[in-house]
Amino acid sequence: MSKRIDVKNLDIFYGAFHAVKSVSMTIEPRSVTAFIGPSGCGKSTVLRTLNRMHEVIPGAYVTGEVLMDEKNLYAKDTDPVDVRRQVGMVFQRPNPFPTMSIRENVLAGVRLNSSKLSKSASDELVEQSLQGANLWSEVKDRLDRPGSGLSGGQQQRLCIARAIAVQPEVILMDEPCSALDPISTLAIEDLINELKSEYTVVIVTHNMQQAARVSDRTGFFNLEATGMPGELVEMDETAKIFSNPSKPATEDYISGRFG
Amino acid sequence: MTATSAPEAQARPKRRPGDIVFGGLSTASAFSILLILAGVAIFLISEAVPVFGADPAEITGGEGFLSYVWPLVFGTLVASLVAMAVATPVAVGIALFVSHYAPTRVGTAVGFVIDLLAAVPSVVFGMWGFQVFAPKLVPLFIWLQEHLGFLPFFESASRTGRTLFTASLVLAVMILPIITAVSREVFLQTPTLHEEAALALGATKWEMIRTAVLPFGKPGVIGGTMLGLGRALGETMAVAIILSPGVFTWNLIDSGNTTVPAEIALNFPEAAGLRLSELIAAGLVLFGITLAVNLGARAIVNRRAEFSGAN
Ligand SMILES: Nc1ncnc2c1ncn2[C@@H]1O[C@H](COP(=O)(O)OP(=O)(O)OP(=O)(O)O)[C@@H](O)[C@H]1O
Ligand SMILES: [Mg+2]
Repeated sequence: MSKRIDVKNLDIFYGAFHAVKSVSMTIEPRSVTAFIGPSGCGKSTVLRTLNRMHEVIPGAYVTGEVLMDEKNLYAKDTDPVDVRRQVGMVFQRPNPFPTMSIRENVLAGVRLNSSKLSKSASDELVEQSLQGANLWSEVKDRLDRPGSGLSGGQQQRLCIARAIAVQPEVILMDEPCSALDPISTLAIEDLINELKSEYTVVIVTHNMQQAARVSDRTGFFNLEATGMPGELVEMDETAKIFSNPSKPATEDYISGRFG
Repeated sequence: MTATSAPEAQARPKRRPGDIVFGGLSTASAFSILLILAGVAIFLISEAVPVFGADPAEITGGEGFLSYVWPLVFGTLVASLVAMAVATPVAVGIALFVSHYAPTRVGTAVGFVIDLLAAVPSVVFGMWGFQVFAPKLVPLFIWLQEHLGFLPFFESASRTGRTLFTASLVLAVMILPIITAVSREVFLQTPTLHEEAALALGATKWEMIRTAVLPFGKPGVIGGTMLGLGRALGETMAVAIILSPGVFTWNLIDSGNTTVPAEIALNFPEAAGLRLSELIAAGLVLFGITLAVNLGARAIVNRRAEFSGAN
């Protein structure tokens, strides 16, 4: 249920703009990988190439390879829809479907993928996914209320429940806590820790304590100057990145001596 | 701004002349709308009153006002509902094409053409329907009669094409632009966040539209449809020109039936006395129906307001 991702010489473009330059990295299964780096260096951009959401933006394209257990996600015969079913995504701002109830939100992805689910099977899936997102006890009495009526932190966990309900191989999270208060943030961080026993998790964060707390490996992205493409400076064990990075730019960034 | 201002001055913020003038103007506009509406209602009711006291035998048809007016209401409702049923799916399709499928330039061009359609005066639609469209429909009517003639709606086919069904289709063309325009606007406003949420779950384009765009746009589409329905209910010239009016019949593809606005327009010039009151009373009924349609639409839109995405 979780897969390794190998990125090879990935160059990412928005039309004529070269946003990220030749990234190569390995993301280990059943672990949490964090992307850190200054704003605009391309963390979100790289993350969105891992489930082919990048190309949703008009004019956006990539060159290079992203291999998931040896299978190239950018091969000609790969359907992006299949990729996205295997690689789930949680966005920076919580985005439950406003027209759906909590229950329908959890089931939204499953309804797309599969034939009819029986009532009992879907009840079970709803409970299991909400349990998995540590949200069950808070919402079990109001599953038919709109998802947009929850607090921001609850909405974000609802989005996580929605992502894990389709049982993906990989979960991508783009600053999932940036719109949340410290308590909700803690709840999500705990959740990320639990998720890695089953999934490959990749998280983008601006909060270095958070990266240090939740991740096993950390990649530091940077750009040489504005207008230049971003690049992966180094990627290593989180403990090593935060105590003894091999590149001076990383050292500068994590110690706050940046820019 | 100055620190020395008196305490009363703080409690009562200074009224600026601009605020007073514009506040007054907008309040006056709001009230004038109410006044006009009340004026119209009072006119209709007071002029219609003689009908309700009159001897049923004196009313056109000789059986009282209800028997006179219900076939007109039937014709109006059938024509408008058929128009709405035909126009809405087409309009939603065009709006989706423009907002989500077409390349930007093509979409803008198609949107422009649709807006042009809205600029065609209804008399022109009437003449076109009479001269061009109605004769073209005759073969279809004959086919309907041959194959579905056992249904009361298709019992006999007109040879001129000047039928309630023709009028409905022309009405559908006339209300297409408004429904399309409103739908396109709401579809374009679907938050990217929700579209991406659907795509990231592995939705195909059509599934994304079904999960994110259509539910988000539904209240808007209903609103647009009701605007269209309102226009179809009140449309006079096109129907008056196209339809060869007659008494009530279930058959939609032959002459017969008429609508309230067409009845009024065709008879008003020579009407006087009780006949005039009859026509005005029919207008009052139409007014009531339109009001009910609008209130109904509002109720539908509000019913699931908390699921609307507006919060
Ligand atoms: N839709 C887009 N169209 C064009 N350029 C874009 C688009 N999205 C991002 N970019 C550009 O790509 C570069 C990388 O952006 P990206 O959003 O990946 O940065 P980031 O590291 O996630 O920043 P942040 O930490 O602020 O979220 C930036 O120069 C940005 O301006
Ligand atoms: Mg970002």
